[in-house]
Amino acid sequence: MYGFLGKILRVNLTSGTIAEEALSESLVKKYLGGRGLGTKIYMDEVAKDTDVYSPDNKLILLTGPLTGTLATSAGRLMWITKAPLTGTIGCANSGGEFGPELKYAGFDGIIFEGKAEKPVYLYVNDGKAELRPADDLWGKTVYETTDAVVAATDPDAKVCCIGPAGENRVLYAAIMNEKHRAAGRGGIGAVMGSKNLKAVATRGTGGIKVADPKGFLEACTNARDILKANPVTGTGLGAYGTEILVNIINSSGGMPKNNWRDGAVDPDADEISGETLADKYLVRKKGCFACSMACGRVTKIKDGPYKSAGEGPEYEAAWALGSSCGIHDLAAICKVNFLCNEYGMDPITLGSTFACAMELFDKGLLTLEEMGGNLVFGNTDSIVEFALKTAKREGFGDKLAEGSYRLAESHGAPELSMSVKKQEMPAYDGRSLQGMGLEYATSNRGGCHVRGYLTSPEILGIPVKLDPLVTEGKAAILKTFQDLTAVVDSIGICLFTTFGIGLPEIANMLRTCTGWDFTDEELLAAGDRIWNLEKIYNMGQGFTKKDDTLPPRLLREPLPEGPAKGKVCELDVMLNEYYQLRGWSDQGVPTKEKLSELGL
Amino acid sequence: MVLKPEKCLSCRTCELICSFTRAEEFNPQLSAVSVISYDKAMISVPIMCTQCEEAPCMKVCPVEAIYKDENGTKIVDYKKCIGCKMCISACPLGNMAFDGNAVFKCNLCGGEPQCAKFCPSGAIEYKETNPSSLIKRKELAEKFRDVFGEVE
Repeated sequence: MYGFLGKILRVNLTSGTIAEEALSESLVKKYLGGRGLGTKIYMDEVAKDTDVYSPDNKLILLTGPLTGTLATSAGRLMWITKAPLTGTIGCANSGGEFGPELKYAGFDGIIFEGKAEKPVYLYVNDGKAELRPADDLWGKTVYETTDAVVAATDPDAKVCCIGPAGENRVLYAAIMNEKHRAAGRGGIGAVMGSKNLKAVATRGTGGIKVADPKGFLEACTNARDILKANPVTGTGLGAYGTEILVNIINSSGGMPKNNWRDGAVDPDADEISGETLADKYLVRKKGCFACSMACGRVTKIKDGPYKSAGEGPEYEAAWALGSSCGIHDLAAICKVNFLCNEYGMDPITLGSTFACAMELFDKGLLTLEEMGGNLVFGNTDSIVEFALKTAKREGFGDKLAEGSYRLAESHGAPELSMSVKKQEMPAYDGRSLQGMGLEYATSNRGGCHVRGYLTSPEILGIPVKLDPLVTEGKAAILKTFQDLTAVVDSIGICLFTTFGIGLPEIANMLRTCTGWDFTDEELLAAGDRIWNLEKIYNMGQGFTKKDDTLPPRLLREPLPEGPAKGKVCELDVMLNEYYQLRGWSDQGVPTKEKLSELGL
Repeated sequence: MVLKPEKCLSCRTCELICSFTRAEEFNPQLSAVSVISYDKAMISVPIMCTQCEEAPCMKVCPVEAIYKDENGTKIVDYKKCIGCKMCISACPLGNMAFDGNAVFKCNLCGGEPQCAKFCPSGAIEYKETNPSSLIKRKELAEKFRDVFGEVE
């Protein structure tokens, strides 16, 4: 098989045994790799009533066929398991260099099963793998763990690990790699922690071959040229990172304030924008492996109470810790973002859970005594304090570690959790961006912007400009976006490349890499298949149409100001059309015909 | 070759295209250029052969397998190379390497270096330049201009 190494590792943490297995080419052709293949393997191997923290649960790490090659931004790896936060399929991906290095070491992925008796880490080195004790790493931060594992293995080793948040099963713990890259959402880090698996290190000196070298070089060169010429991928993301969106989304009236309570126009937004970040704290831009866009921010707060250094923040993190909490001190936001990386937590859910607690307090449903602090709108210091408490599950941090839904529910007001399927929605108001509302409601991993990023057409005009305030046409484009994203997440390239390149360019790179013969339409259909597979998993977990919804605030409370003044999200009309276009029943259940058409 | 570490994105695209051009596979181990990243210092540095005027690799070679072409590029003649690896020992910059079968170094891709072509940020450039440090002198002079010059 070209592109792939054709081998995965199966690591049983209970018995300490490690076995090598061949990848089935027929399975790979059908599910591509990464997200698709991982979900298929997970569903085949894990009984659907398995508890997320049971040793019977599995945690799967997979790369894609393009990972580690010259394809555009081809550094992605994907983690698949059940998500502790949502109970849905959990898949989270990240860039950096770990995925490519694992392939250079000879493997496309790793299946972790069982549970180690004591903390361990796995070292994969050029075709060999061993489990090593990690007792002395337990309790260490992501930075400390990464440095210690590199020192104990190889100076050029790449390391994935969890921080204290993953050990303490914070429901939105991340798995980090190269310190600053996060497979962030859904709490997969807690699953890693539940297995007593602290880290995975890899070092490889092998290579990856492609089926048609000349054709592949042409396809990659063409795709790279397109990205270079595109204003978003060639200029904007590199200049200001994803934080470039602050002023863009805010001026569209789509940046929710104070737990989505006080409209979606933040007059102080520029204080936390990408432009301000570049002006005050940016050291340099950074690209993940093979990436020309370089949206990564290497940032440093040189002095003051929030003196610190690290990478980020992304737009969604800056919003969650910023506007959503009534906070506009970018230094503090950077500091908390660094802490999220260091302790291994998702800043979107963390900030949104803070915001939820702040509104519970405003409503008199939560007291300062219960909090043991002043986690209130606008209190900048409190987000630093409670980020640490959450990672350590200290005091009220123990409640914050459960995410906003469980927090709000335990205080009698679940409607104050700005989440879908218990995962918090990020940074784009579904009332001002109607399509994003549909995206949140239908996402297979709960509230999420990167399953089908309709901000692209609704705001950025990519690939066509659609009016964000109307519902017409949103279901159809969302389906295409979701299917294409499923492909992108499975083959190992970054979703951001799709601001510039589309299905034809992606299909060309994959065809020449693997040597497979398929049409563009067949590739997109694989995305449809993957989407339906995830849907089937979620149905098996008891999710139904009633879960494909939004917090009541988005459905009933009109926006008070801005371009979307008076708007709620008109979800029902879009959802019915979406189900139809997907070939699902009016209850959102895939029909037999649809499943057989997809070969499921 | 002009290397500008301050522009490097640490994306390692240069390593990918170099190994692919040389060995038709994606493998940083087989690349004649490497990007060395420093996490805490927040910088990445591309390192590759700078085509020394007095090249130790060429001087030390016992069978004169390394020669200088008309552009000054030091090229390994594989018909003569005996794989003794003395050039690897001699290179003070670590830019001679061994791929398991033979030594290799940057040969500027016959005058069209692919790393420079694919580098997305301009950290690696191939251009006619006079390394007489006039560029750096100008940068310093500009500071004087900014501080002491008349406001235009």
